[in-house]
Amino acid sequence: MNQFTGKVWVLGDDIDTDIIIPTDYLALPTVEDMKQYGFSPLRPDLASRIQEGDIIVAGKNFGCGSSREQAPEIIKALKVGCVIAKSYARIFFRNSINNGLLLIENSEIQDVVKEGDMLTVNPGEYLELNGKKYSISTLPDNLMDIINAGGLVKAMQKRNGVI
Amino acid sequence: MGMTIGEKIIARAAGVDVVKPNDIHTVTLDRMMSNDGTTHLTVDMYNNKLKHPRIADNKKVVFIMDHNVPAENPKTAEAHKKMRNFAREHDIALYEGQGICHQIMMEDYVCPGELIFGADSHTTTYGALGAFGTGVGCTDFLYAMTTGTSWVMVPETLRFNLHGKLPEGVYARDLILTIIGDIGANGANYKIMEFAGDGAHNLTIDERIVLCNLTVEAGAKAGIVEPDEKVVEYCESHGRQAVHMFKSDEDASFAKVYEYDLSKIKPVVVRPDFVDNFDTLEAVRKEKIKIDEAFVGSCNNGRIEDLRIAAEVVKGRQVHPNVRFLIAPASQAVYIQALEEGIITTLMKAGAMVMNTNCSVCWGSCQGVIGKNEVLISTGTRNFKGRAGDPSSKVYMANAATCAASAVKGYICGPEDL
Repeated sequence: MNQFTGKVWVLGDDIDTDIIIPTDYLALPTVEDMKQYGFSPLRPDLASRIQEGDIIVAGKNFGCGSSREQAPEIIKALKVGCVIAKSYARIFFRNSINNGLLLIENSEIQDVVKEGDMLTVNPGEYLELNGKKYSISTLPDNLMDIINAGGLVKAMQKRNGVI
Repeated sequence: MGMTIGEKIIARAAGVDVVKPNDIHTVTLDRMMSNDGTTHLTVDMYNNKLKHPRIADNKKVVFIMDHNVPAENPKTAEAHKKMRNFAREHDIALYEGQGICHQIMMEDYVCPGELIFGADSHTTTYGALGAFGTGVGCTDFLYAMTTGTSWVMVPETLRFNLHGKLPEGVYARDLILTIIGDIGANGANYKIMEFAGDGAHNLTIDERIVLCNLTVEAGAKAGIVEPDEKVVEYCESHGRQAVHMFKSDEDASFAKVYEYDLSKIKPVVVRPDFVDNFDTLEAVRKEKIKIDEAFVGSCNNGRIEDLRIAAEVVKGRQVHPNVRFLIAPASQAVYIQALEEGIITTLMKAGAMVMNTNCSVCWGSCQGVIGKNEVLISTGTRNFKGRAGDPSSKVYMANAATCAASAVKGYICGPEDL
């Protein structure tokens, strides 16, 4: 995955799946119909302001709560470049990988970044903000393969053809 | 080095002798459960995205409709139709209206030592019978259903040694909400919460369900109570054999060990909007927080023991005129038992609305949704912002006795305030 730069939206700790997409909108037919309601309980205007390639930066335990896969799907549908958080809840983490959404763990950037800043992401290597670099860890190869293929189903079809 | 219960279950499912934390293994699943929250999405992917659609073993798959049952609008009716037709076409066990998915799984399927995937976060419930249940999304579920396998990373285990007995008027729900308050909403992220000690064995199976069910609210991958005679009895009384009764080895390695004296636990009220926003009933009752709705039900607290507690509190009393008191038994079996014990009559005479068995108010979609600035006190699983309705509404979490007492008084209080 290549280096990219995006505008930052800053969120707090414990951003749960019901904030990412409230239950009420899950009955809508497609993720495209749902995406305008992303993050609406917390920031009703956020989904309409996010532009392709923007970056969401958050605190600890991002994606806690329900197993609803529409949560990472919506972030992907909003064309967010990646999410950077201090930590992730595990079901959300797996669901994001399975949908080809890049998640980066970093404990420092949320404390220093301001909303609207431009942040450069070099996947597996570093984040760059205002000329300063912040190191990030690499996901295991098998998980990066899934992300690069665009999700679990596509990756498995490529790899062994069993599904 | 010895292994913990969770490690032994993964080793068995992976067909290896030993596993250790952070190893990644391919496992064969014992069972897979999906409910109407996401099954229609799984069916769409199965039909449209797979090149070789097949089901590895349809006898291991269970579909349960519980989130929007019966359908409340044409959209969910269509989603249900899709789920129903797929189950019929592939000869998959289908439940519709018989109970909340986790309660059905406990009553009809779960055995100790099994590794079970459920397309629902509260699949951790199955640890009450010594099984490893974990929640997954619909893509993971699809892959598991298609291949019969998945990959898991072996989590570290947190050990909770429980001692003694809960005092009168204090329940398993207070215990697990206390633990979540102590370790935080991500305090067990990616870990197993294992419960053992005499205090764990003193708990009934229903109480162990309450405990394991909420471990996901601390981020846990699984919650497991060390299985004992009570597990064997439960399985046998439900027509099953308990075979793999795993216990942690003496020299098993735990990431951390906690000690809890159950006699010190007090009734809890968790404030909005985070599950670890812990407070005691003792402190909260002083504020006389007005409520609009009270709810007893959900996969956490809708079993016969909880309904008995609620009925005992409201017996001979009336629900406050400004409050809706909603009850949803966790399964038809629970509902029938409550009918036979006269509990439903007591609750209804007090003015409660008793609803069909489903996820109900806890799911915030099909029943008892709350409006702008309204306040709910609930035995549900979560109090996230907007979880039960409008984003400005508030959800407090408490045990069944506190919810019932609050329904009578119209503000948050305990049974001793009546």
